[in-house]
Amino acid sequence: MLTTKNDTAFGHGVPTTGFAHEGTPGASATFDVQRIRADFPILREIVHGKPLVYLDSANTSQKPESVIRAMDDYYRHANANIHRATHLLSERATKLYEGTRANVARFINAPDAKSIVLTTGTTDGINLVAASYGRMVLKPGDEVLLSWLEHHSNIVPWQILCEQAGARLRVAPINDLGEIDIQAYEHLLSDRTRIVAISHVSNALGTINPVRHIVAKAHECGAVVLLDGAQAVPHLVVDVQALDCDFYVFSSHKMFGPTGAGVLYGRKSLLEAMPPYRGGGDMIASVTFEKTAYNQVPYKFEAGTPNIAGVVGMGAAIDYFGSFDRAAAQAHEDDVLAYATERVRAIPGTRIIGEAADKTGVLSFVLDHAHPHDVGTILDREGIAVRTGQHCAQPIMDRYGIAATVRASLAIYNTREDVDALITSLARVREVFG
Amino acid sequence: MSELSDLYQEVILDHNRRPRNFRPIDDASRTQEGYNPLCGDRLTLYVKLDGRSIVDLSFQGSGCAISKASASLMTEALKGKTVEQARELFDRFHDMVTSSTDVAAPDLGKLSVLSGVREYPTRVKCASLAWHTLKAAVADGTDGPVSTE
Repeated sequence: MLTTKNDTAFGHGVPTTGFAHEGTPGASATFDVQRIRADFPILREIVHGKPLVYLDSANTSQKPESVIRAMDDYYRHANANIHRATHLLSERATKLYEGTRANVARFINAPDAKSIVLTTGTTDGINLVAASYGRMVLKPGDEVLLSWLEHHSNIVPWQILCEQAGARLRVAPINDLGEIDIQAYEHLLSDRTRIVAISHVSNALGTINPVRHIVAKAHECGAVVLLDGAQAVPHLVVDVQALDCDFYVFSSHKMFGPTGAGVLYGRKSLLEAMPPYRGGGDMIASVTFEKTAYNQVPYKFEAGTPNIAGVVGMGAAIDYFGSFDRAAAQAHEDDVLAYATERVRAIPGTRIIGEAADKTGVLSFVLDHAHPHDVGTILDREGIAVRTGQHCAQPIMDRYGIAATVRASLAIYNTREDVDALITSLARVREVFG
Repeated sequence: MSELSDLYQEVILDHNRRPRNFRPIDDASRTQEGYNPLCGDRLTLYVKLDGRSIVDLSFQGSGCAISKASASLMTEALKGKTVEQARELFDRFHDMVTSSTDVAAPDLGKLSVLSGVREYPTRVKCASLAWHTLKAAVADGTDGPVSTE
């Protein structure tokens, strides 16, 4: 029988601990990266005859053994549909699924597990808020305010919404370092601003945005704020109550969990006022052909059979964050990022894109002698996985007048040796392209 | 496993550094945009026709070595050909870069230097961007940019 921490956390109205995982009591204050690496089986993979150097975690992270095992165990011992049957397996599945909801609430310090909507990922969460909350409040002439740093998934849903509602999309500019121009942001806020949607951490540049200030200023104007936390959650301890945001969205797959699962945190009063996003089973209280009464939050937003195994895996990923010291892990990652930045900057003909004072996890750059796509192919043959292209953030590329970048992105399992391998292979690029 | 040098052959590196026919044609009969949204490769193709003959062909834009070299080699290969011959060569080129690596690549003369792309599935779109753009340029009644997505 499978047991996870989730089991004990199951239950409606389960009390939350009141603070996010800031390291586990008893966990070592020093960070043993080799122990962490041993938890990730794929890091032992050989690609093109070379040991894998995985520098693409902002794209998707790798998964620890515990996550893989939790999903495997789920299918072996608990697979059934949730909330629907009286048999034991359904009870186990429901317990794991709802246990993860409570686990998520503790992870981001949400006040109530019922303010956690389980989604298929960040994109799903943003689309839900745009389609449900956005359509409910937006009137012609209203404004939605984004920043220039957004991923396409935090642009396009708002564009669609604004077009439908006759509303206007505004964009806060960034400076040359890749930081949001806060004065300009404040200037763009007005009593017409209904929604502010901004990334906590930029996926393309790694900039950590001053989101507390951004939220506070938006609230002064009466706007609600959605924070896209997809790139923040794997690196930073997130506390949605301290941030005071109205919505916070993220994906499981960028934080060591499986693809196809994610989270929308919403202020409960807002979630309760919002109309359903999709219709179907499980989101209803009663259905007749004349009228349907909707289920309470968060179930109102969870139509159909969800990705139960994915949610179970996400729960195991959250548990994994409890297995090491978060602050020590962050210090380790910051050290590797600083080392990578220094080494890449020293290569003649290199330009780093995004040099914000406050950054995490991402090093984007271009070389004057080779196109990023060619760099990506050459690095791949050396066993090094990076992302090349525009990173679903075309406006940022346009802002810097470039078509693409090479992006090396980090997670807790990366080391200075990974950076050394990258630098050696960038020399190989120089050999080919001269 | 193929060697990197099979992909980045000297001819390709040379066409990347010094792309041929890299210029606009002021009195082009057709101008066509091509775009690969995945990597941001973007080119404009200029075609000058005399009846069904391609009398001049050129391009401008930015992209990776493979897309730039492929566009450059294509402009050289198709100048003087008819539209029908160009379409036929498009099909053969497409077959070459997507064919199984178990069989010998078809011989397309100088264009064969791009057959190494077969070993790199993620780069096939780079090699074929210019060709898709050409196909759209000489198709009847097309408008709007062509995309490899």
